Amino acid sequence: MNAPARIPKAQFDFKPLALLAGVAALGLPLIGSPSTWVTLTVAGLAMGLIIFIIASGLTLVFGLMDVLNFGHGVFIAAGAFVATSVIAGMGGWAEAPGLWPNLGALFVAMLAAMAVAGALGFAFERLIVRPVYGQHLKQILITMGGMIVGEEIIKMIWGPQQQPLPLPTSLRGSFVFGDVAIEKYRVLAVAIGLLVFAVLLWVLGRTKIGLLIRAGVQDREMVESLGYRIRRLFVGVFVAGSALAGLGGVMWGLNQQIVSPQIGAQVNVLIFIVIIIGGLGSTLGCFVGALLMGLLANYIGFLAPKLALFTNIALMVAILLWRPQGLYPVKTV
Amino acid sequence: MTMLSRLLSHDLPRNRWLAAALLLIVLGLAFAPFLFPGSKALGVAAKMLVFIVLVASYDLLLGYTGIVSFAHTMFFGLGAYGVAIASNRMGEGWAAVATGTAAALALSLLLSLVIGLFSLRVKAIFFAMITLAVASAFQTLASQLSELTGGEDGLSFRNPAWLSPSFEPFEQPFLGVALDGKLLCYYLLFVAAVLLFLLLLRIVNSPFGRVLQAIRENDFRAEALGYRTVVYRTLSNVLSALFATLAGVLLALWLRYTGPDTTLSFEIMLDILLIVVIGGMGTMYGAVLGSVLFVLAQNYLQDLLKLTSGAFDGVPLLGTVLSPDRWLLWLGVLFVLSVYHFPAGIVGRLRVLRSGAARREGP
Amino acid sequence: MSLLELRGVHTHIGAYHILHGVDLSVREGEVTMLLGRNGAGKTTTLRTIMGLWPASAGSVTFQGRTIQGLPTPDIAQAGIGYVPESMGIFGDLTVQENMLLAARSARRADEFDAKRLQWIFGLFPALQKFWLFPAGKLSGGQKQMLAVARAIVEPRALLLIDEPSKGLAPSIIQNLVRALRELKAQRCTVLLVEQNFSVARALGDRVAVMDNGRVVHAGEMAQLAEDEALQQRLLGLSLGAHQ
Repeated sequence: MNAPARIPKAQFDFKPLALLAGVAALGLPLIGSPSTWVTLTVAGLAMGLIIFIIASGLTLVFGLMDVLNFGHGVFIAAGAFVATSVIAGMGGWAEAPGLWPNLGALFVAMLAAMAVAGALGFAFERLIVRPVYGQHLKQILITMGGMIVGEEIIKMIWGPQQQPLPLPTSLRGSFVFGDVAIEKYRVLAVAIGLLVFAVLLWVLGRTKIGLLIRAGVQDREMVESLGYRIRRLFVGVFVAGSALAGLGGVMWGLNQQIVSPQIGAQVNVLIFIVIIIGGLGSTLGCFVGALLMGLLANYIGFLAPKLALFTNIALMVAILLWRPQGLYPVKTV
Repeated sequence: MTMLSRLLSHDLPRNRWLAAALLLIVLGLAFAPFLFPGSKALGVAAKMLVFIVLVASYDLLLGYTGIVSFAHTMFFGLGAYGVAIASNRMGEGWAAVATGTAAALALSLLLSLVIGLFSLRVKAIFFAMITLAVASAFQTLASQLSELTGGEDGLSFRNPAWLSPSFEPFEQPFLGVALDGKLLCYYLLFVAAVLLFLLLLRIVNSPFGRVLQAIRENDFRAEALGYRTVVYRTLSNVLSALFATLAGVLLALWLRYTGPDTTLSFEIMLDILLIVVIGGMGTMYGAVLGSVLFVLAQNYLQDLLKLTSGAFDGVPLLGTVLSPDRWLLWLGVLFVLSVYHFPAGIVGRLRVLRSGAARREGP
Repeated sequence: MSLLELRGVHTHIGAYHILHGVDLSVREGEVTMLLGRNGAGKTTTLRTIMGLWPASAGSVTFQGRTIQGLPTPDIAQAGIGYVPESMGIFGDLTVQENMLLAARSARRADEFDAKRLQWIFGLFPALQKFWLFPAGKLSGGQKQMLAVARAIVEPRALLLIDEPSKGLAPSIIQNLVRALRELKAQRCTVLLVEQNFSVARALGDRVAVMDNGRVVHAGEMAQLAEDEALQQRLLGLSLGAHQ
């Protein structure tokens, strides 16, 4: 079958991306020095991408099955703590001077974190979420309860204090180009974040499973009427989302180099704001929203530290005033 | 009997055990200074009183109107900070307390109105997330404005003369208890808590309260019947916030200190949620029972668990699981089970048991 | 040879009792029209067959198998295609992606049955024209065509179609009727809910009229079409003051 080339496909909505670029561009004159701007921008992108990794699973889970997991933070914490144990256990590789053993240790830590978080997600879906499908009030309460229990279990295993999560040796410090200092770890974070984004876009856009997810986000009933057992798919998406949160937890922890059991609750607020900004169920919206948040947090943290803690709320209000359904609305709420 | 019924707005416990427990609680709290000597015990009793009002006001929102909000601690904090800031700025005394309370109530009214009108039109999930974000922002605000709020350290202040521990009108202790400002303060809390609770009972049993419950059950239907649900929901939000603010005022008066960790922390919000669900959503008495049990557990269960965990010290997993620090774990598990199996909490379960028994004994 | 059989089917939605014992028989190879006024329970009947709303009593059998109580995906996989009143188009997905979803055996775009696709393009040329367009941007009539095309991209034993002509311009309706006629010529079994009696008369072999959650008349379409008095009596119900 020939698709006439002259018929245009959808006009892609560039405005949110333009906003992102605009914010970055505006930062330069405000900050003054280009070298500082580069440092801050890379830091902002890294932070934004880590948040994106964590939030991407949550937004798909909500979009697909109308389930909002207020306990998503527990996967973040689990991933981060698993990483502390793995890195401590692989001290030889992590402390070695070479890049490859370091990356190896990091890679193992990330895999372990994703596996544990994914398994936890499986249990969570079965025990906590499944019994309350469709009942939003109970969902909010019970997923919160799940987070409390999860956090306590983490405290039981690792103790209630903060744990250090040191970067492997060759990832510490910065690349220096003239005036500009870019932290090595942040570059890695950006690379990993973009990789995750690319993989997600590929799965969603080019595979049949991705097609099912996108369709299911719009109209779950119709997908079932076409003969697909979408509930099974949902478990898979939930587990994948939890695994991603675990990965994000590791990366967040490495960013701060310290991990506390409350990390889940702390990041919870951020990711909720991000998925509201992005539009519930939209991966692209989540991506842009997270980057906006990361950039703004770093720019304003530099320009007006007192205001820094309000940037998130202010961003949310501003975006919702512009687009009440989020940057890239997907579901008709 | 009818007089008692009217006092309780005809919302009776409807269960022997519940009524007995409530009576025990009321008497215990009324005579706490005499029954349980020592400042720790009195502090526990005072905290119970504050939490009863705080959780009951949350039950109005969650149990009766069906709205989940994470901003309740914000209003709690407003009340406490109002009194603290006013006492600090204006010098301690009744004028400061009155001004602080009035200002806090006004601010709470405004905030809850704004939150209600903007957010109650959206889905419950949106609303919950937004309140989470707002509460978090308020918490950072409180710790940032350190000249006003004392930042992370909070504010200490002095109470009006009559409520100060140094106020001792009578030299002789009565029944072993010194008759000083602290005692007066306790009884102020007691009377206030009782009045506020009875007022809440009156509200939920009024026509307004019934409409709230109708909206909770099926808001489409309520809207179709002609009730502007947004108005009712907003009013519920506002009332709930105002009562929480007053609870904050009481707490501040008792502690003579206010800080982000006594009122605004997320842990407190979780505690409120735990209590209201386990005690029983939509019952009001659940708040009483739940708050008392929770505060007791928070303060004394650790000691109890220390005894048991000592016995299990050798056993690896059991030892950690039963450790006194892990009481929150069990509470969390109980919470999850309650949400799923016992949505009406302890109170609901008691009431069902009773009617089940009655049916079995039926004619 | 009754392909689909409903016996004494009751459906409750929450506290509301919608279907009060529906008896319906759909014969293989025929187009059965389901008529009745708004609120008679026609859509509910289709949804109950698809398992979207569970039957609280009674039985639904398809090809001799009991299907009531089965989850919707299983019912669809048994060979039933459903075109809901709302059309169920995935607006964000392209026309091609919509069709790809419906073609369960095709994993990628190049695995479509080319002959069948050509036939569909012959029925609905607009779909070929807007193949890579997001489906949400199509006009109402084009969306309806996509909805029907989706249901027939792979052969189905039974098609359930809910008010396809609703809100469409007469020329589009003609197009639709022509397409359904071709389907009919292929001996496809269809249960069609339709408010538009002229469409019903043009397509239907048999007819069942519903009122108040029950089937109050079932018989040959030709017989109903000739009997003015019967039409008056039944259509008096279907075109009643309640709309």
